[in-house]
Amino acid sequence: MNNIKKLTKMQLFLPIFSMILVMLVNVIYDMANGNAPFSFFSISTQLTSSGNTVLYGRLIDILNRGSEVAILAIGMTLVVSASAGTDISVGSVMSLAGGMCCMLLAGYGVTNVSEYKVPLWVGLGAGLLVAVICGMFNGFLVAYLNIQPMVATLILWSAGRAIGLLLCNSAIVYVRVPSFQVFGAYVGFLPTPILIAAICVLIISLILKFTALGTFVQSVGINKRAARISGFSSAKIILMCYAICGLCAGIAGLTATSRIYSADTNNIGLNMELDAILAVALGGNSLGGGKFNLAGSIIGAYTIQAITTTMYALGVSSAEAPVFKAIVVILIVVIQAEPVKVYFRKLSAKKAAAKEA
Amino acid sequence: MKKFKISGHNILLLITVALFVVMYAAGCVVYASKGFTHLQTFLNILINNAGLICIAAGMTCVMLTGGIDISVGSVVAMDCMILAVGIEQWGMTSPTLMALVLIIGVVFGVVQGYCIAYLEIQPFIVTMAGMFFARGMTAVICTDQVSIVSDKLFVALSNLKVNMPFGIGAYQNKKGVLQIPYVRITVLIALLIVILIYLMLKYTKFGRSIYAVGGNSMSATLMGLDVRKTKLKTYILSSFLSSVGGICYCLNTMCGTTTQAAGLEMDAISSAVIGGTLLTGGVGNVLGTLVGVFINGTISTLVKSNGKLVSSWANIVTAILLCFFIVLQAVMAKIKEQKKA
Repeated sequence: MNNIKKLTKMQLFLPIFSMILVMLVNVIYDMANGNAPFSFFSISTQLTSSGNTVLYGRLIDILNRGSEVAILAIGMTLVVSASAGTDISVGSVMSLAGGMCCMLLAGYGVTNVSEYKVPLWVGLGAGLLVAVICGMFNGFLVAYLNIQPMVATLILWSAGRAIGLLLCNSAIVYVRVPSFQVFGAYVGFLPTPILIAAICVLIISLILKFTALGTFVQSVGINKRAARISGFSSAKIILMCYAICGLCAGIAGLTATSRIYSADTNNIGLNMELDAILAVALGGNSLGGGKFNLAGSIIGAYTIQAITTTMYALGVSSAEAPVFKAIVVILIVVIQAEPVKVYFRKLSAKKAAAKEA
Repeated sequence: MKKFKISGHNILLLITVALFVVMYAAGCVVYASKGFTHLQTFLNILINNAGLICIAAGMTCVMLTGGIDISVGSVVAMDCMILAVGIEQWGMTSPTLMALVLIIGVVFGVVQGYCIAYLEIQPFIVTMAGMFFARGMTAVICTDQVSIVSDKLFVALSNLKVNMPFGIGAYQNKKGVLQIPYVRITVLIALLIVILIYLMLKYTKFGRSIYAVGGNSMSATLMGLDVRKTKLKTYILSSFLSSVGGICYCLNTMCGTTTQAAGLEMDAISSAVIGGTLLTGGVGNVLGTLVGVFINGTISTLVKSNGKLVSSWANIVTAILLCFFIVLQAVMAKIKEQKKA
């Protein structure tokens, strides 16, 4: 009993628990349909049309499709922790970065190219640069003008996608060059987005491990004034968090663009900010700022994708899936809610008292 | 008579009104040949945004308590779908369906409000779940676009023109026929709601508690106000008004689709912010929000009148204005702080 209590108190308990729950649903569904009970976990290889042997399976699919949200979740976790607010512009920034990159690669007003106008690195670099600038703009408003994060990022939420559309001359720009498509396709046998997400997670974990960045961010989030009085510039740290969040949005945007080798500015990253925020909340992080757990957010991101993939496997259409997503979200946040926890604690205390009497 | 004083609170509203007047006047000068000067152009802004006005009024109340409700756009889509499918496929009459939609709105508000006020879950997360739920339900009800044609009352309501009294602003069109400017019934509903909310916020106990809760919920509690109940009621009000807005929206578009009213919640929020409502709560006014909606509507009318500009320019201009107002609010808050110190 004590061990169970210890387990449920762990910060990663909730995200891992919900992940296991989703997988369990899959296993039960497979068994009910007469498939092998663990067909959900099976990974096989498949020959693609271009003649490569690549990994194939539902788990791989979840890891692949969930990459963008996982990358976004990294930046979002830092932003939520440092500023007690959310960056709702990331979806728009994704689309802007993709639009910028494709516009440079294809040239303004051209909608379909099979070779680059400028070197690939210039396009990618410009996309990332624009995203970082967007992040810094948000960060400046939040850190130096003390504007509520949601309001500050509302500006780019509205403008980012619109500027992306203008850059692409309100059209979908196709870049049909294999070296551009590779970021959303396969490297060897592994889907590249998985690799990109893994590298991002690795880099940020190394930074958090070997520098005091994590501590700085958390102390700013817990008490901005106290952090400033203890000698580090709260504003600079918040600005940096938003810049990192912008960079993550840029990377996610370029990945999403490369996946469909085109800048579909109207649809890239649409509502992705909600998934990213959800991932942070599912990871057991408080949206009120302060302490954060990056691993939780990442697991949260893949849990969301697992839920979506499971929905499709169960035959729910993509338009209807949000209903179930909403129910899952509400259940998870209600379990986490403080008054509910207090209620259950009181209940178990009453039981214990009754036992003693 | 009380002297009108320019204070920190109403200067934002004054700037908003001034901006609207300047913008509209500029439109009148530049696009006079395209009929911008006619009263009907202004009334069309009202007609097109009647639903948004209802929703933004509710949003203002929620924002005054320091919360947010991003479910409203999806609730509108769900309402439209229920109305459309109810009339065309379930064979129900429009009054029953309207009542049903309003009841659903209240239930939606009770659930969201309970989670926010009594379970202390973040408003953003709760209403985001509400947004997913309503958007998904829209698709569960029907995935096709359904147009409303068969309910006579609903069609009549939608086509009803309310002419301006005494023929104010009458003008001759290109064929020389005298046109009397008109509004739709939805505009009257929206304006009535704005007036009611204005009076409620100013003169009723509930309205004053909203300001008190948003200003400082701790001192509101110490004053003996039931903070949770006030919040719950506010979210019910917001969801109810978004259902009213949904009916207005449906009377305007006469159809239900799954992608309808996407992003409407952000329009409502930006209208309220441009109108001087602070997202931190406690400061704001529903009349400001109304002017905020006017400004949003004027921007898109200006972009449309130009004809050459892409519609994304409307978004960009709105964002620039939003930026301007937000920075202005922040600077004023800083000045206030310095004065105190």
